[in-house]
Amino acid sequence: MQDVVLALLAKEPSHGYDLRRRLAAALGPLGETLNAGQVYVTLTRLEKAGLVVQEREDAPVRGPRRKVYALTASGQERVAAWLAETTGPRADVTEFHLKLVAAAESGLADPLALVAARRRELIRNLAEAQRAALAHDANSEAGLLLEGVALRLQADLRWLEACERTWAARAPRGKGGGDG
Amino acid sequence: MSRDGLRVRGRSQRRGAKDGPDAGPADRHPGEAAGTALRAVGLSRTYGRGENLVRAVDGVDLDVPAGQTFAVTGPSGCGKSTLLQLFGGLDRPTEGEVWLGGRRVDHLGERALARLRRRAVGFVFQSFHLMDELTAAENVELPALLAGASPRTARRRAAGLLDRVGVADRARHLPSKLSGGQRQRVAIARALVNEPLVVLADEPTGNLDSAATHDVLRLFDELRAAGQTLVVVTHDERVAATADRVVSLRDGALADDIRLGGDGGTGLGTLLGWED
Repeated sequence: MQDVVLALLAKEPSHGYDLRRRLAAALGPLGETLNAGQVYVTLTRLEKAGLVVQEREDAPVRGPRRKVYALTASGQERVAAWLAETTGPRADVTEFHLKLVAAAESGLADPLALVAARRRELIRNLAEAQRAALAHDANSEAGLLLEGVALRLQADLRWLEACERTWAARAPRGKGGGDG
Repeated sequence: MSRDGLRVRGRSQRRGAKDGPDAGPADRHPGEAAGTALRAVGLSRTYGRGENLVRAVDGVDLDVPAGQTFAVTGPSGCGKSTLLQLFGGLDRPTEGEVWLGGRRVDHLGERALARLRRRAVGFVFQSFHLMDELTAAENVELPALLAGASPRTARRRAAGLLDRVGVADRARHLPSKLSGGQRQRVAIARALVNEPLVVLADEPTGNLDSAATHDVLRLFDELRAAGQTLVVVTHDERVAATADRVVSLRDGALADDIRLGGDGGTGLGTLLGWED
């Protein structure tokens, strides 16, 4: 949660309300489980940790000038580290999804590059699981477990294909320029 | 002459892998010993022209070292099957070159190409493509006979291969009496009967259930251990993950190239979530 909120601030300073709206948009119905206060609690914690600071909004479109949250230098660093870190074979789908959203919004990383890196990582994991699975009788207890591990990894890889399709279609580049 | 060169090379490669230290000059790693089995240089295949021009394969450069297994993956329509057909001489490139065992083959005449396909390439297809009127053994013998082997030699090789792929007891059955997995194993035996330089498989598990897929993958693994060069086109990630290299195609061009195996991965403990 902390990382996601930080990453959404990377594009520009925002108020808590706006952050919550963007999170809800990225999460769809899953975002409904997000407690209204959760974003504010997270922001307070991030502020205490010196990762964000409150600023006065420069020029509000309308209404009074409200507080916006902005990243500090160490906040920037943490976002960059979060986007770059590999997530491990059992990483959460939601976290990776939000990482892609945040990467695209902030412009700090190319979502397609993140997808490609994750794909490489998962293929390596799957290769390991498959090698082990082939060495065991599929009907043994060990074989059954390895089958489960391999199927989970396969499901993740199929979802990454969908991620690639969607983010490729949204990418600003790649239109017109056939060969690069 | 050069055709024989291909065959001799294929054999020495296999011997190097099987016999180990006493195999003389071929006792290095099979991948190193025999060099490049298959090479694509600037390979392109387009259909149509002008507005309707489709680049099915678009400038692919690829070296498949002898003894390695390659998986070619990508979404449907990415050109992976066309690429395989270009590799096997079933289709001709619009541009670029295909080299098989050190010999350029893309501009060979029809007859030479057909001869090459029979001897240097073994094909495995998604829907098996066995001849319905022939028994399993006859299906395997046929390409050996067409390549000039004596009936006795063809029978002997077929029997050995059917045993190797685990369907020796079905040798006299017609394909219609075999399960999908058994048919594909017969098809693999057929692909191997002329000791090809490279086996090209197009979605070999596409029509198989998970148990039969498991059997075919195990078989591929044995072939790899024996030094057989193998290129598998697949959209099944689990099939791809058993290869030495996974190359991804997007819109006919190479998009990624992942080397698997060798240097230790994350370890199964991580996969099971025991890292902490």
